[in-house]
Amino acid sequence: MKQVVTLTVNGENCQALAEPRHTLLELLRDGLGLTGTKEGCGDGNCGACTVLLDGRPVNSCLVLALEAQGREVVTVEGLARNGALHPLQQALIDHGAIQCGFCTPGLVMAAYALLRDNPHPAEPEVRMAIAGNLCRCTGYDKVVRAIMAVG
Amino acid sequence: MKAFEYAAPRTLNEAVSLLAGAGPAARPLAGGTDLLPQMRYRRIQPPLVVDVKGVPELRRLEYAGDGLHIGAAVPLSDIASHPDVLRLYPVIAASCGLVGSVQIRNRGTLGGNLCNAVPSADTVPGLMCLGARAVLAGPSGRREVAVEEVCIGPGETVLGTGEMLVEVVVSPPPQGSAASYLRFTPRQEMDIAVAGVASLLTVDGQGLISRARVALAAVAPTPLRARRAEEVLEGQRLTEELIGRAAGEAAGECRPISDVRGSADYRRHLVAVLARRTLKANMQALGMAL
Repeated sequence: MKQVVTLTVNGENCQALAEPRHTLLELLRDGLGLTGTKEGCGDGNCGACTVLLDGRPVNSCLVLALEAQGREVVTVEGLARNGALHPLQQALIDHGAIQCGFCTPGLVMAAYALLRDNPHPAEPEVRMAIAGNLCRCTGYDKVVRAIMAVG
Repeated sequence: MKAFEYAAPRTLNEAVSLLAGAGPAARPLAGGTDLLPQMRYRRIQPPLVVDVKGVPELRRLEYAGDGLHIGAAVPLSDIASHPDVLRLYPVIAASCGLVGSVQIRNRGTLGGNLCNAVPSADTVPGLMCLGARAVLAGPSGRREVAVEEVCIGPGETVLGTGEMLVEVVVSPPPQGSAASYLRFTPRQEMDIAVAGVASLLTVDGQGLISRARVALAAVAPTPLRARRAEEVLEGQRLTEELIGRAAGEAAGECRPISDVRGSADYRRHLVAVLARRTLKANMQALGMAL
């Protein structure tokens, strides 16, 4: 049976209907139309669905929609300000770190959380922070350089 | 995922009675990083999922007079970064920091790593070396079980119907002791141990080993104590030769299988190598030269 989930997404209070078997990822994409967050593997291996849940990067495919009741979620749609990309997003473009782009929203959220907690990370710290984000185009070097350029 | 009922109780009693009332197929949900993929692939189809993260006892992470209390629903990233855990139980902090990715550690729990009962559970060998206890709550009350007795086979534990893990309790580390865990994986992160070894040494004033613990991951149906290796070490002074003998015993005691991650022979070899390295790391941590 569907239940109402009330949560904050990108700073706005939202309500959506979800069944217990629905994930937070499904709630964001199908319930709220926020399709920036992607589903890759659906079992926590690829990180494409990474969002911030109460400030922490998590795989939204491994969170039940009902668990998000009363919580705060930030998705890739929440980073741009007044139509301008977040510096991290711009850096990924500038470094050619986006190929097919499917992993990018998840990578952006993982890197965003890293830079918030550790504004000047060393390269190994960057690589560990995004180890849970798979890029099928294998553009990791450019991604790492882009993240370090912001830090 | 197949449809199921969801409940989010606020008390332990409520959680236990919900689980007990729904029968053996019901499941507690903590981080969900193991549970939800199993449900998605329909390896299990619980009629009821009980989200236990709202139960205060399961969120406790505190070093008290009687030791460290790790609530069953505390995320691994909280444990890995807790100042008392880092200071007094570095082996727990390090092994919690090895599981999965940042995203997984922000959700996955030590309680789940233990109760999911996979042979490769990275957090379990260190807890076994430290003599950690698991506090369980069920319809007939509470009981305590040594962490090393919780897992009885791949995916199987001693937990009965309606019974759930409340917390893991670790006594204050004995004076003059050091513990460490090392695993081998082809990738540094987001990988599953081909083999893992934890060891603990307590050294007395004369430089003799008064207590030795060695525990192994991914080389038997459950995480395993290497008791013969421990016997070789206890009462002795640590030398290169003794470390070699203990490592050889540990390799002889494990019962690995050959699978996609490595052959049984390779795993035995890894156990010997990792056992030597953890024992040496402990000596270094104790400030002792070989």
